[in-house]
Amino acid sequence: MEMVLIAVAYLLVFAVAGLYLVLLERKVAAWFQLRLGPNRVGPFGLFQTMADALKLVSKEMYGTNRADKFLYNLAPYFPIITALLAMAVLPFSAQFQAFDINIGIFFLLAVSSVGVIGILLGGWASNNKYSLIGAMRSGLQVVSYELSVGLSLLTMVVLTGSLQLSEIIEVQKNGWLIVQGHIPAIIAFVIFMIAGTAETNRAPFDLVEAESELGAGFHTEYSGMKFAYFFLAEFINMFIISAIAVIVFFGGWLSPFGITEEISWFPSVLWFLGKVLIIVFLMMWFRWTFPRLRVDQLLNLEWKYLLPINLFNLVFMAIVVWLGWVITF
Amino acid sequence: MAEIETENKIKSEEYFVNMGPQHPAAHGVLRLILTIDGETIVNVDPDLGYIHRSIEKMCERDSYQQIVHLTDRMDYLSSHINNEAVCLAVEKGLQLEIPDRVKVIRTILSELTRLASHQLWWGVMGMDVGALTTYFYAFRDREMINDIFEETCGARLTMNYNIPGGLMYDIHPNFVKRVKEFVAHFKTKLPEYDRLLSGNIIFINRTKGVGVLSREDAISFGVSGPVARGSGFASDVRKRHPYSAYDRVSFKEIVMNEGDTLARYKVRILEMWESLSIIEQLIDNIPEGDHLVPTKAVIKLPKGEFYQRVETARGELGVYINSDGNKNPYRVKFRSPGFSNLSALNHVAKGGKIGDLVSIMASFDFVIPDIDR
Amino acid sequence: MSYFSDIYNGIKTLLTGMSVTGKYFINAPREIITQEYPDNRDTLKMFERFRGEVVMPHDKDNFHRCTGCQSCELACPNGSIEIIWDRQVDPDTGKKKKMIDKHIYHLSMCTMCGLCIEACPTDAIVWAQNFENSVYDRSSLTKVLNKPGSRLLPGVED
Repeated sequence: MEMVLIAVAYLLVFAVAGLYLVLLERKVAAWFQLRLGPNRVGPFGLFQTMADALKLVSKEMYGTNRADKFLYNLAPYFPIITALLAMAVLPFSAQFQAFDINIGIFFLLAVSSVGVIGILLGGWASNNKYSLIGAMRSGLQVVSYELSVGLSLLTMVVLTGSLQLSEIIEVQKNGWLIVQGHIPAIIAFVIFMIAGTAETNRAPFDLVEAESELGAGFHTEYSGMKFAYFFLAEFINMFIISAIAVIVFFGGWLSPFGITEEISWFPSVLWFLGKVLIIVFLMMWFRWTFPRLRVDQLLNLEWKYLLPINLFNLVFMAIVVWLGWVITF
Repeated sequence: MAEIETENKIKSEEYFVNMGPQHPAAHGVLRLILTIDGETIVNVDPDLGYIHRSIEKMCERDSYQQIVHLTDRMDYLSSHINNEAVCLAVEKGLQLEIPDRVKVIRTILSELTRLASHQLWWGVMGMDVGALTTYFYAFRDREMINDIFEETCGARLTMNYNIPGGLMYDIHPNFVKRVKEFVAHFKTKLPEYDRLLSGNIIFINRTKGVGVLSREDAISFGVSGPVARGSGFASDVRKRHPYSAYDRVSFKEIVMNEGDTLARYKVRILEMWESLSIIEQLIDNIPEGDHLVPTKAVIKLPKGEFYQRVETARGELGVYINSDGNKNPYRVKFRSPGFSNLSALNHVAKGGKIGDLVSIMASFDFVIPDIDR
Repeated sequence: MSYFSDIYNGIKTLLTGMSVTGKYFINAPREIITQEYPDNRDTLKMFERFRGEVVMPHDKDNFHRCTGCQSCELACPNGSIEIIWDRQVDPDTGKKKKMIDKHIYHLSMCTMCGLCIEACPTDAIVWAQNFENSVYDRSSLTKVLNKPGSRLLPGVED
């Protein structure tokens, strides 16, 4: 019984977060571009995504002629299911964590790697050469950047000594990890932001769905609710990457100056959400400022720049921890 | 990816892709038939004609005052310059002496049009390579120029303000004040363009060394305008064959030698600075006088051929009028800059990737109605 | 060694770009450049020379200034103006002369070039500033510019 309640709660959080993140993106984009965002449907456009969701639900779902029916219908579910699985282990506050296993970070990384299968299946099963090109590009992009994500998180695990997410937050009661492991932690954060943006296929790494190039990538042939699944999954992935960044680097649900216990009337879940929204805003800022990278430049960036720096950083962090040069409060 | 052995000798694993007439990135209705091998382009074949409206044929039925409004719609981003070209050709035929006031005002309006066209080009170039905010910043500045045009000429895009003999009506009293405000405002915004896009390392990686056009190729294909000047071929009509008031202003002709997309980009940005300087030199000293030399209601050019070349924002536009003494021209031909520039696209894009094709097309700055007329 | 200076320069240019957009985000409510169109119709005023639509002004006694000379019809490049005239007896002087019956203007074909307004010798037609010309039925775009029952203002032909 308890399991069902928790499952329903998470589904609700997923749906609401997805919808409101889309609205936030549109408003933030509009404010960068010197215009107002959606402001007609509801006050400040709050019901805009509801209206969009209604529109998408009422669309006709047709498939292409020679598409592989089973795989075509199966593909959108992969990103959604992996996103939900990842959300289950996130600690929203001290009491609100559904699944606290001792291999927390490892589980998160593994589950997000499974999400790429949905993209590849979607591109192949659409029987469309543009979708296929888009899906292949996306596949190689996600697989390459997972290395960087993993290594930068590993750098921080060296500092905490445990993979379990609630343990990581316990360690940060002595000061956030980005402060504790000063220079190598900052380098690890920068690399994690770059690789995390690439993981979720967002600009400047969004050549997969670049509208200026051929078609619309792997979701050309999807319409209606299935397209909505891919679309929502992208925003939830963004939320998850930001959440991982907040947990590992910025103290999860702890308050800034180590006064969480003193102000226990302030719900710590608000600290968590506030920090996640700041990192999400940072990712949106990247999207609306930078041009797009070409495929070979993307791979160049990963294999020649990010990976060597990551390995060097790992060794650096290990030396820092061994010599005890961490800053604790 | 089929293995086709036809008499065209297509190798295996190449396939045709259509960058169709309706496309979010093509600047108009241009159909490109690409032959690609994986990600590399082997051949680019443009297919024109989707917006052909037979402007040259319509000119044969209209009188000389009426053919001016058709040229507005050829290259709609430099509509004032197109009008000026036809009016200068007709005035050459009638051997009219144009007052100084008209020449200076025509030059100021031409430079404003060139600025507006380059602003839109910058916005669209950013959008094509992926930085979606540049479009809005460019349009915010372009609105000021559109407001200047709307107050003086009445229309924002297709102005039809030049007529053979001068201007349709005199400039609005607020014209000088508004132009000065605009120049002051834009001088603070143009460095921002550089900070947002030109210095950005991602943008430089996308454009440096991409789409190189050598100087000999530029001359042999007949390209003109910023594309040719980016390859080292100094071909500015305003300097070589000055018309209107260009012989009394001093401005630099921007030439770069690398020939790649970044060079063409820089040529246009520096041209915007030069246009601002030309406007500043002329705006304070507009001579007094008439705005029109009266011509007869029915203009008849003497028998003969008349040619006038001007520098639009895209390159060299040539207007050729062949008259046999009647009130309609016998033949009007427009040498459009976009058509010759398009012929160099295949040579430049071969061997690059699809992402490169998009940035090359953005740097060539095509306006398809100019190519198709 | 240029590896490290590349990285440093790269990050510096990226941060410069972000500062430009960040500045606009922070100042956003003041710098909005869009107009909230259907809501601001009361305060929206076009420039006086704006080319919206060709109209024939009538004064309060229903007089217009069009003599039916057909200059505008000849000046129009694509035939958007048709003048229907007739030789009738002028009530003031008692002689037969050309008088206008209908001045038909096809708004659907007009290119707003302005040649007709320049060609008119009596300033009978002028530009109006309305731009909301969309209709559901295309035949309502063919307008008759002189109102029924209006007559030529006496003294215009001199």
